[in-house]
Amino acid sequence: MATIKLTINNQPRTLDVEPDMPLLWAIRDVVGLTGTKFGCGIAQCGACTVHLDGSPVRSCSVPVSAVSGQKITTIEGLSKNADHPVQKAWIAHQVPQCGYCQSGQIMSAVALLKTTPKPTDSDIDNAMQGNICRCGTYTRVREAIHTASAEMNTANKLPKNGAKVGKR
Amino acid sequence: MNTNETLSANRRDFLKLLGLTGAALVVGISSANAEVFGGPVSGLLNINADPVGMALTPYIIIDKTGKVTLMNSQPDMGQGTHQSIPALMAEELGLSLDKVTILQTGGEKAFGGQVSGGSSSVRGNYMTLRKVGASAREMLVTAASQQWNVPANECTVADARVHHKASNRSIGYGDLVETASKLTAPTSPKLKESKDFTILGKATMRPEVPAKSSGKAVFGIDVKVPGMLYASVERSPVIGSKLVSFDDTKTKQVKGVRQVLKASRVLEKNRYDGVAVVADTYWAALKGRRALAVTWDHQGLDKFNTPAYEQHLHELAKQDGLVDHSAGDFAKALADAPTKLEAFYETPMVSHSPMEPMNCVVHWPTDTSVEIWASSQGATIIKENMVAEFKLKADDVKVNITFNGGGFGRRLFQDFVLEAAHIAKAVGKPVKVIWTREDDTQLGPFRPMTFSAFRAGLGADGMPLAFQHKVISPSIEATLGSPHKTGTVDKTMTEGISEQKYEIPNVDNRYVFAELPVPTGYWRAVTSTTLAFAHECFIDEMAHKAGKDPLDYRLAMMTKASDAKRVLTKLREVSKWDKPLPAGWGRGVAQYEFFAGLAGHVVEVSKQKDGSVKVEKVICVIDLGTVVNPDMVRAQTEGAIAMAITAATKPGITFENGAAQQANFDTNPMLRINEMPVVEVHILAEGGPVIKGVGEPGLPPVAPALANAIFMATGKRVRRLPMDLSKLA
Repeated sequence: MATIKLTINNQPRTLDVEPDMPLLWAIRDVVGLTGTKFGCGIAQCGACTVHLDGSPVRSCSVPVSAVSGQKITTIEGLSKNADHPVQKAWIAHQVPQCGYCQSGQIMSAVALLKTTPKPTDSDIDNAMQGNICRCGTYTRVREAIHTASAEMNTANKLPKNGAKVGKR
Repeated sequence: MNTNETLSANRRDFLKLLGLTGAALVVGISSANAEVFGGPVSGLLNINADPVGMALTPYIIIDKTGKVTLMNSQPDMGQGTHQSIPALMAEELGLSLDKVTILQTGGEKAFGGQVSGGSSSVRGNYMTLRKVGASAREMLVTAASQQWNVPANECTVADARVHHKASNRSIGYGDLVETASKLTAPTSPKLKESKDFTILGKATMRPEVPAKSSGKAVFGIDVKVPGMLYASVERSPVIGSKLVSFDDTKTKQVKGVRQVLKASRVLEKNRYDGVAVVADTYWAALKGRRALAVTWDHQGLDKFNTPAYEQHLHELAKQDGLVDHSAGDFAKALADAPTKLEAFYETPMVSHSPMEPMNCVVHWPTDTSVEIWASSQGATIIKENMVAEFKLKADDVKVNITFNGGGFGRRLFQDFVLEAAHIAKAVGKPVKVIWTREDDTQLGPFRPMTFSAFRAGLGADGMPLAFQHKVISPSIEATLGSPHKTGTVDKTMTEGISEQKYEIPNVDNRYVFAELPVPTGYWRAVTSTTLAFAHECFIDEMAHKAGKDPLDYRLAMMTKASDAKRVLTKLREVSKWDKPLPAGWGRGVAQYEFFAGLAGHVVEVSKQKDGSVKVEKVICVIDLGTVVNPDMVRAQTEGAIAMAITAATKPGITFENGAAQQANFDTNPMLRINEMPVVEVHILAEGGPVIKGVGEPGLPPVAPALANAIFMATGKRVRRLPMDLSKLA
C-alpha cells in the first residue's frame, strides 16, 4: 500500500491504495465518485475519461501513483446541478440513451471546447473518436457540442426548449 | 432524494402485500406500516427511495402532501421506459412527469411480467397502464365530488389537483388520497381522448437525462453496500471447459485477496465453471485473478474453428431442410420460369457489448433469503431464475433493478446474476462481481450467424413467380441447452422471412438446423438482423435481374394495401428517390417486417478516393401506429442504425481453437462518431389500434439497404457480412 495525495474536484485527498491501482478504481471504489465509468480497461472506449490538470485522460490506464500531487476533475466536478454549458446542451438535445458512456463523452467534449472553442464537425470527429457510445448517440453528441460552443462563445442563452425537444 | 437518480424501490413489504392482491385496489398501506406485513426492510442499504403514501393501485402511490410515486415495471436500458411507462399513467392522472417520483419494480407479482425485450414495453402496457391511471383519476375525482357535493362529471384534473370550475374550487391529490383509497377502483374507467393529450405523442424531455448527464444516475456497477467485497472470475476462454484444478498460491500473495473459490455460471440450461477471486477491492481481485494458474479440460470444445464451421454450414445448405412456409407449387414454377437466379448469403456472430460490462451485487442475509442489485432487463427473470436455482420462495428474493448501461438483449440472460449469487452465498458476505470487457466480449451469449440460400424464378415481365429462402443456422434455444426437436423448424431462426408483404405466388421457405457448441442469445432485433440482410439483398438482385428500379420493383410486388407498402411509399417520397445523386454515390433501399414492428431505410453511400465507401446518410421510415415519445423514437432509431452499421461492417466474433479471437474494443471495434452517417427519421403514427415496437425495427433494414447502395455505387454485390468498407469502392 502507498499513500497517494492528489486533488479531485478541488478537494485534496489522501488515498491509502496499491500504487498500481488504476486511477479509475481509486476514483470509483476508494473516493466513491461513481460517475466515471469502467468500459474496457485499455483506453479504447473513453467511458473513464477525466481531466488531469485540464487535459482528458483515460483513468482506467493511469496508475494512481502516476498522478500523485496532480489535479483531477471528474464529471462530478464539472458542475453542481448539471448546468455546465455542455451538460445543458446534452440535456437540451436529450443526448443520453442508456447514459453509461456519457460522463466520458461530456468530459471529452468539455476538453475539446477548451482547446477549440468553435469546433467544426471534423474537429468534433477527431476529438470524440475515442469515446464509444454503443447506443449510437453520435449525431446528438455532435449537435450538442455545437450548441454548447455557441453558448460558451456568446452571451446568448440556449434556445428555449421548455419541456419539448425534437425540433431539429 | 432525487429518485430519478436511483431507480429501484426497496422491496417494501407493502409491495409484497400488493403482490398477493394483484392489481386490485389496495387501501391505506403506508410505509410506516410496512413492518406489519412481514420481515424488515433491507437492513443493508437504502440506495433506493421507498415509495411513501397510499396506493391507489400498486402502480400509483400518493402521500398526504400530494407527492405522487409511479412504479415503472419496465427496466430502462436507454430505450426510455423510465419516461414512457410512467407517462401512460401520468397522462390520465393529469400529472407532470417532472413532479413525480419514478421507482422501478422488482419482480413483484402485482406488476406482471417485468421484462424489457422484444420492443414490447410500450405496446404491451399502453392500454393497461392508461386504464390504471384513469382508474386512479376517477377515484380521486369521486372523492372530490363527494366532498363538494357536485357531479363527478363537472370535475376535471390538472397539475395533481381536482378542479371544479363552476364553483371555482380545487383540491390537491394529497388531500383526497385517503378517501379515494377507500373507494372501489373502477374497472372500465373513461380514457382521455388523444386530442387532449399533454404528454403522449409529444416530444418530451426524459426525467432521467440530467442525472445521466452528470454522473449521478446509478447503474448496477455503481451499487455499493456495507461490508461488500469484490470478485473477478476466471473462466475458460473455451466456453464449456471443465475446471480440473487451480493453483492460487500467487493469488493469495496479492494484498487484499480474501478467498478463492470455484464459481458456476448458469446460463439457461448450461453450467460453466470458473474460479472466483474475492478481495477487498476490485483491483486486488483482478490482480489475484491474473495470478491464478488454472487447468481446464476443454472436452474437445477447443476443436471449434469458425472457418471449418462455416464450411459445415455450406455442406448443410445442400440439404432440403424443413418447410417454414410454402405457397403454390414452387418446384414447378421455378422449373417453368424463363429467368432463374440463385445466391448464397453469409453473416457472422457478433457480441452485444453494452457499454456497462456485466456485473451484479448479491447479499444473502440468511441462507434462504437474498437481495440482488443488477443492471438487468428482467426483474421477473431474475426472480424466477433465483427461485429455481436456489429453491427459494419468490418473496425471499429481493430484486433491485438499476439503470442498465445498455442491454440489447444481453441482459435478458441472468447468468451474471446467478454466478454472483453462488459466490456471495459461499462467501457469506455481500459481493460485487464485475466482468472485464474481455469476459463480456468472449463469453457470449452471442448473436448467432445465419446463412441463407436463395432461388427465384422470374416471369417474362421480370416479376417473381417462384421464391425460396432457405436458412441454415444454429438454434439459439439449442445452444442454451434445450435440444433442438428433430423434424421441427425453429421459428426464431426463420424470423420474418415468410412475413414480408411481397405477393409471390409460389414460395418454399425452409430451415436447416446446425449444431453449435457456443452459447448464442437474443440480440437486438434477434434473427431479423441477419435474415433481413440476406432477404432484402436478394430481392434487390431480383430487381436488377428484371432490369427494374429496386424500390418500384418492391412496390410492384405489393398490389394490396399494407403497412409495408405505406412505409415504402413514404420512403420513396422522403428519400427523394428519383433525385439524381452526385457522381460516385449510390442509394439502396430495404424494409423488414417482423415480430417487433416495421421500418424501411434508404441508405446513401459515396465512393472515396482512397478506395473506401462512406456511409453518407440513412433515411428511415418507422411505422408505429401510435407513438408515446417521438423524440425517443428518433433516438432509438438513430441508435439502431449505429448498431446495425457496426454489425454489418466490423469484424464480429470468430473462433479459433474454441476461443473467441476478439477480446476488447481494439479487436472487436464498434462504430465511432467519425463513422456515423447523417440520420433522418420519419415516423408513421396515424393512430389506430395496433401499436408497434420502437427499439428494434430500425435495425434489420440497415445492412441490406447499405449493401444495395454499395451495389449501385460500385457494381459490387456484397453477399457476406461483415463488409469491409475500406476496400469496396
